[in-house]
Amino acid sequence: MEQHGSDTIIGIRGLKKSFGPKRVLDSLDLDIARGETLVVIGRSGCGKSVLLKHITGLVRPDAGEILFEGEDMTRFDRKKLFQMRMHFGMLFQSSALFDSMTVGENVALPLRKHSGLGDDEIMRIVGAKLDLVGLTGVLDQYPAEMSGGMKKRIGLARAVAMDPQVVLYDEPTTGLDPIMAAVINELIRTLQRELKVTSIVVTHDIKSAYHVGDRLAMLHEGRIIHSGTPDEVRRSDDPVIRQFVEGRAEGPIKPI
Amino acid sequence: MAPFVILGRFFLEFFQDTGGVFILIWRLIQTLPRTFANGRSVFLQMDRIGIGSIPLVLVTSLFVGAVTSVQAAYQFHGYVPLKYLGTVVGKSVILELGPVLTALVVGGRVSASIAAELGTMKVTEQIDAMEMIAIDPVENLVLPRVLGATIMLPVLTIFSDFLAILGGMVVANVSLHVSFNAFASGLKLLFQTQDLIGGLMKTFVFGFIIALMGCYHGFETRGGAEGVGLATMKAVVASCLLILIANYFLASLIFRILFAPAS
Repeated sequence: MEQHGSDTIIGIRGLKKSFGPKRVLDSLDLDIARGETLVVIGRSGCGKSVLLKHITGLVRPDAGEILFEGEDMTRFDRKKLFQMRMHFGMLFQSSALFDSMTVGENVALPLRKHSGLGDDEIMRIVGAKLDLVGLTGVLDQYPAEMSGGMKKRIGLARAVAMDPQVVLYDEPTTGLDPIMAAVINELIRTLQRELKVTSIVVTHDIKSAYHVGDRLAMLHEGRIIHSGTPDEVRRSDDPVIRQFVEGRAEGPIKPI
Repeated sequence: MAPFVILGRFFLEFFQDTGGVFILIWRLIQTLPRTFANGRSVFLQMDRIGIGSIPLVLVTSLFVGAVTSVQAAYQFHGYVPLKYLGTVVGKSVILELGPVLTALVVGGRVSASIAAELGTMKVTEQIDAMEMIAIDPVENLVLPRVLGATIMLPVLTIFSDFLAILGGMVVANVSLHVSFNAFASGLKLLFQTQDLIGGLMKTFVFGFIIALMGCYHGFETRGGAEGVGLATMKAVVASCLLILIANYFLASLIFRILFAPAS
């Protein structure tokens, strides 16, 4: 069962979204508790990223509501949506760094636009955030000169620059070597501990999901079919979940 | 059945695009009060779009003027004295060739570059990232480009008019033996300031179309490299077609209603 109550920071009710004839989200319900790290697992293309884009207001649903601090954000106008996003930080699958700007400018951008702080203070925060993700001496380099793992870490530093309440991760370990994936996993846990943020991670990397998640939710055919602690998921005898976590080709989930 | 499906898809896409363009224009209007806050970006785009297009406009205009002179002389042959060469070159350049050809060549260059740039930003999620940082992509990307192009196209057209007439004059002098004085007095003979103003009025709209099409198709990019290529092509085709269509309606509006000849 989903948790309800005052500690829910984001509540999703009956979310529906279709792209053409394809129904991606089908009456999806999900609650995210303040301070938890929720990992949404599921196959590639099952709608995990679409769910994340709904939570951030980048995509509007066909039906249903998404409550952020009790307010339905699907009805927000752009101004209110922008105000809400000040409390959000997002790490994109492709890192989405602005390639016309240096690393320092990338991380400083949200602060320059919204914080009203002076240049020295901004650069101090930028340095601190880059330290947090384990990068130093890269301020004046351009993203094109960086490796995939470094880009992810810079993206993460930018995502937490404004000290958000909620950090969203879209496939944080996809395309990284196993060591870098472990580094990113560790970083997600560190940020969780040090910044006390609520985190939503979407991934198909089950190892990463076990490592970073307080709670795992499995998205299948447009709905959350199961949610529980990593141990509960490990012990689940649901055939769909078993097939996914064990990575088998045979089972109820048909390869597309 | 298949032709109806293709036709249906075509109309659906057409109306979707038309709607999308009007939504973009509406959002652009809403960001207009923030123009001064984005002054630096506007100047940067004026430089990239305007100053960057000078070599292209220079070559195009000189040769267009030159060929106009040659073609006019060919048609005059045996009917009209060549001292009227300046009149014809001047009139056709100022009214039509300067504004339209500048818009077409600059349109190809600028709308392709805008669509490719914004399209790449779109497929690498940089536009989404801007939204997530609560930065409006319309204000930060579209506004400076549209203003830059709308301001600079008339400037480029003045430059183009001047060079095209110069090109025509040089060719008239060198290969058709019309003296500079004769050409200039022909030019002055039927010159009307309203022709120049009317021609330039059109170019504000052309500049707007060029940047808007680049931005719209850039934002609508889907997929990867192929999507960026497709968006670039659509932007160039749309801006060139819209320039030619708008040219007819604007010419009718300006020269038949606004500056209607007294009857």
